[in-house]
Amino acid sequence: MTPATKALDARKLRADFAIFEQTFAGKPLAYLDSANTSQKPRQVLDAMTEFYETSYANVHRAVYELGERATAGLEGAREKVARFLNAPSAREIVFVRNATEALNLVAYSWGLSNLGAGDLVVVTELEHHSNFVPWQFAAKQTGASFRMLPLDDQGELDLSGLDELAREGNVKLVAVNLVSNSLGTINDIAPLVRWAHEHGGVVVCDAAQAAPHTRVDVQALDVDFLAISGHKMCGPSGIGALWGRSELLHAMPPFLMGGHMIHAVTYEKTTFGELPAKFEAGTSPIAEAYGLGCAVDYLEGVGLDAIERHEHELAAYALERLADVPGVQVYGPPADRRAGIVSFNVEGVHPHDVAQILGGEGVCIRAGHHCCQPLMAKLGVAATNRASFYLYTVREEIDQLVDGLHKARSIFA
Amino acid sequence: MTDESFYREIILDHYKNPRGHGVLADADAEAEGKNPLCGDEVSIYVAFGEDGETIDEVKFAGRGCAISQAATSMLTEMVQGRSATEVAELDKDELLEEIGIPLTPIRLKCAVLGLTTLKVALHKAKGTPLPEGLAGLDELDLT
Repeated sequence: MTPATKALDARKLRADFAIFEQTFAGKPLAYLDSANTSQKPRQVLDAMTEFYETSYANVHRAVYELGERATAGLEGAREKVARFLNAPSAREIVFVRNATEALNLVAYSWGLSNLGAGDLVVVTELEHHSNFVPWQFAAKQTGASFRMLPLDDQGELDLSGLDELAREGNVKLVAVNLVSNSLGTINDIAPLVRWAHEHGGVVVCDAAQAAPHTRVDVQALDVDFLAISGHKMCGPSGIGALWGRSELLHAMPPFLMGGHMIHAVTYEKTTFGELPAKFEAGTSPIAEAYGLGCAVDYLEGVGLDAIERHEHELAAYALERLADVPGVQVYGPPADRRAGIVSFNVEGVHPHDVAQILGGEGVCIRAGHHCCQPLMAKLGVAATNRASFYLYTVREEIDQLVDGLHKARSIFA
Repeated sequence: MTDESFYREIILDHYKNPRGHGVLADADAEAEGKNPLCGDEVSIYVAFGEDGETIDEVKFAGRGCAISQAATSMLTEMVQGRSATEVAELDKDELLEEIGIPLTPIRLKCAVLGLTTLKVALHKAKGTPLPEGLAGLDELDLT
């Protein structure tokens, strides 16, 4: 991100999203829940409809022209996702349902066959349950030790204990996110990746929250696996991607078994197909994968640098406005080190009540533990409110949020 | 429905001044309930009368949204002096009528958390089987 980055025009982009044409209780929609799931632009929806109406058949098996078109749509999307992540090869992109499935694939396939007693499985206190629970499970199943890296008071990873940790066992697996879904912390994972690799470990990166908002480059990050979810980045739900180093993917057993993922099947044995087919059993979410490719086109058309800058500006504006609301406590790092996510609590009003009152004002936020119970325990709260922003978010939505918070306070005064 | 009527006076009153708030050290029945969706937590303590059946005293401790805490507060007043066997099978509509506001499915879970927890406590104390829907509430235990 540089000052020269062309700013995006959120008001103009907003016109691509039909969802904003409606009102709730006579109030405009303030959709501040994009970290939960993003809205979809017409460009993606129309392209998917056209794909269904002109090019839909099953992929990889139909020999007629329609089947070839559908296959080209799916594989074209794979190429786009590979370029989007700067993956060395599209064969390393495995289409899955979402980041959760991608992370489970790695935990079940790589984890259960590579972990054992004496090994360390390291997660962070900032992980979403999807990059926490599968590793807790894999460690329990294999007898490996499960360890959690703590956060400092700023909501950033505390890496001061790594040397000591390395003396406790073989550093085999490190699971870390690029951007925290709960606090919005942008994690500088480079030192952690270096440490893991120095000890021969593998790094699994959850980029579900990062990929919609910033450029994600698997080669620059130097991680070994990386997961994204389409629905958080203007794409449809039901599609996500796992990127993995081909040498690791080659050595792993399949996760799900069935059609398409085989090379040859006899009564005695089955040999598995090449990458990525080995990990894509059954009929793929074809149109959804195509839609994800269109979402990548849309994001690149807007510009990831411009999106990142826009969100930083909104986060700074939100922090400034929230500071003026009495009794509001904001969690997480300063605006320059966070993505467009702001978690907060209102003194005396439970997040569910805040969210309910805001809902009546047309303001959508998330209230709860954000699938981060270990982090909530660290913060000493059961839940928080979370407002999150995207390329279509405008300042008036944040103003609407602040007005709603004043109302919540007055109801509970 | 406006939020002013949703958070009607009686709800806010029970939330701010919960009845029966506290812990019974020598409870005859107790249970802890959680609503993982929003992090509501309620612990319920019951003391029986000399007949071992009448609910003599109910206390609750917990934290959570206004609906969960106010509903549990109302519940403690509602079941006082009633028979444990009857309350263990209490129809949730009786409580919902008392709460008196329309609840979405998500908020319904908040509203019945205290009642569900109380039922678990009473069934455990009586040694009666948990009704369908309440069984299997054990946490996934990976230890």
